[in-house]
Amino acid sequence: MNAQSLLAIAQQRGILEQRQLNMLYITLIALGLIAPWIAYPVFLMKLLCFGLFACSFNLLLGYTGLLSFGHAAFLAAGGYSTGYLLSQHPGIGPELAIIGGTAAAALVGALFGALAIRRQGIYFAMITLALAQLLYFLFLKAPFTGGEDGLHGFSRGKLLGFIDLTDNHAMYYFVLAITMLGFALVKRVVYSPFGQILQAIRENEDRATSLGYNVSRYKWLAFVISSGVAGLAGSTKAVVFQLATLSDAHWHMSGEVVLMTLLGGVGPLLGPFVGAGIVVSLQHLLAQSPLGTWGTPILGCIFVLCVLCFRSGVVGSIKLLVKKNFK
Amino acid sequence: MSAAFNFNAATLTRTITVSLFTGLLASTAQASISDNEIRIGYLDDMSGPYSDLAGPGGLEAMRMAIEDVGGKIGQHKIELFSADHKNNADLGANISRQWIDQRNVDLIAGLNSSAVAIAVTRLVEEKHRFAIVSTAAAATLTNEYCTPNHLHYVYDTYSVSNGAAKAIVASGGDTWYMLSADYAFGHAMDAQVSKAVVESGGTIIGKANHPFQTTDFSSYILQAQASGAKIIGLASAGSDLVNAISTAKQFGLMESGQTLASLMVFITDIKAIGLPTAQGTQFVSGWYWDMNDESRAWANRYFERTQRMPTMVQAGMYSSTFQYLKAVEATGSDEPQVVREYMMKTPINDMFTKNGRVRVDGRMVHDMYLAQVKTPEESKGEWDLFKILGTIPADEAFLPLSQSKCKLVNADQKVAGASRP
Repeated sequence: MNAQSLLAIAQQRGILEQRQLNMLYITLIALGLIAPWIAYPVFLMKLLCFGLFACSFNLLLGYTGLLSFGHAAFLAAGGYSTGYLLSQHPGIGPELAIIGGTAAAALVGALFGALAIRRQGIYFAMITLALAQLLYFLFLKAPFTGGEDGLHGFSRGKLLGFIDLTDNHAMYYFVLAITMLGFALVKRVVYSPFGQILQAIRENEDRATSLGYNVSRYKWLAFVISSGVAGLAGSTKAVVFQLATLSDAHWHMSGEVVLMTLLGGVGPLLGPFVGAGIVVSLQHLLAQSPLGTWGTPILGCIFVLCVLCFRSGVVGSIKLLVKKNFK
Repeated sequence: MSAAFNFNAATLTRTITVSLFTGLLASTAQASISDNEIRIGYLDDMSGPYSDLAGPGGLEAMRMAIEDVGGKIGQHKIELFSADHKNNADLGANISRQWIDQRNVDLIAGLNSSAVAIAVTRLVEEKHRFAIVSTAAAATLTNEYCTPNHLHYVYDTYSVSNGAAKAIVASGGDTWYMLSADYAFGHAMDAQVSKAVVESGGTIIGKANHPFQTTDFSSYILQAQASGAKIIGLASAGSDLVNAISTAKQFGLMESGQTLASLMVFITDIKAIGLPTAQGTQFVSGWYWDMNDESRAWANRYFERTQRMPTMVQAGMYSSTFQYLKAVEATGSDEPQVVREYMMKTPINDMFTKNGRVRVDGRMVHDMYLAQVKTPEESKGEWDLFKILGTIPADEAFLPLSQSKCKLVNADQKVAGASRP
């Protein structure tokens, strides 16, 4: 076999995979469109928001190799900014408030990133955690955040001035659109030349530097994009639930997003959504069952099992299975 | 179709409604109980740090209330379900939303943690349901965050801090040292107590803030001891409170003639600390099981079911649920405004309080009690922990309407509230 035929096979295979992937996405979109008629829309919205949040985290961990342990800061920065905008200026509408929240989170990300990317590994994680804690205390003490009570009681408003979002179904489709937009952005980043360089940095930072790339700038940009998407998720969540509270900014939330991503699978783009689905559904179900008290231990056991048996997470394992058996 | 209609109309009074059509007919015929069921959701911390003071015990108290009205009102079943909000406003609001949208809940009760309580009461206002807050303490719930759709039943930060400060100053404790937890709750209590102490002629001679969840209180207690104040006010809760009281005991604070005034105490805290350590601590409580015959009788029934004595919150949970169901029975409606109006004009007389009344801002005002932890010698039983030193009348115990920022209180009511002592 010569090189050309190998290339042809590779291309064919690529096209095949692309086709399968497209089929999968179309199925998922169709599922997303009919879902609110089957399941409770507010629950689905929560799932989508956390999915997007985990997706932003995955962009850093899975594709750049940066473990941010303060990702809650961006979720909260988005949520609080949107909440503040909607409660102080209800006239601006949800879409502008969400854009404002996303921008604020990206700005915070730009600042945090500029400081944190100077260090690597555990030091990077610790700096992000420390900065996120700083922001937590800012939200706790600042006069405009409502302290421990949080921001409450702003309305969802009207999308583009005429679609009433108090209707759960209308809100759901808005959230679905935002999630797809955020997901598309992350996907575009990952598959762009920029994303290839990020992966090169993840694999071997020194080599990327030796090839002439300004590694710090790439890492910083990835950090800003990731925090922006996390802020988008936080802003959307604030509009859905009409509240922004400290639980978004707490380090528990930073831990939860790590858990979601690891459970779903680090790397595959859909992994974080599956992971978020598992964690959010479990929390939701257990809260209302007599097993409620056992919520945290059950989640812990699932996590241990996942780490021991499916290292690559749920989606990663399915991918491996498919590869082994169907190709 | 018309045959079915006739059949349904004719048997309306005696048949259990099956079809949607009959359901609609029945509900218009017999006042307005939505879905022919009274649905109560109990939302509280069931597993976390506050699960002792309300938690599963509160659910049991509500079950007792439902049994005591006979399990149903007329032919309308009462359904009770519960969930754990883990002190997380997100989760609490999400569960409440689901209860409202999917289960058409009529009353949401419990509601610990001010962030959760505020989030849920805002939601019930938007969705026109009813909520009774028993567990959360924030006085803002009937002040700037009041809504026409909820009541605040047992106690609040104002009543426990203001009442305690005034009563203690009146009984001679006129110099205070305040030790507060360094977060919103501690600061609010500190401000309230300081104001009340100064107003009633006492002085604050020193203050310190300790971080949330401190384990080593020795330096704070030494400072308090050195201040020479007669009263050491503790504006902390939970494990902080337990640690502060234990440290005070170790340093012999009580033996040197100083008294601890703890502002937020539940019977479960004292049970955990133990009488030898906690003895002598003064505080304000909304209810105590050994208060009178009625409270004792109820508490014993509760004890048989749970092997614990009820906290004031759990007693309030029983009382509020019972009164709510009585109101639904009397008005034949579970419409929030109808029930609230009935509850506002009907004085509350039961095992929880005598002559309690619901104010226009949603605050249930009732007598509060100044209590003291017994010494081990005074205590005659495992749960014989407090003695009641005095009563703070309902009108003085809670924030007067004249100072209210609640949107439901109009100018006339403010003046009327002010003229009443």
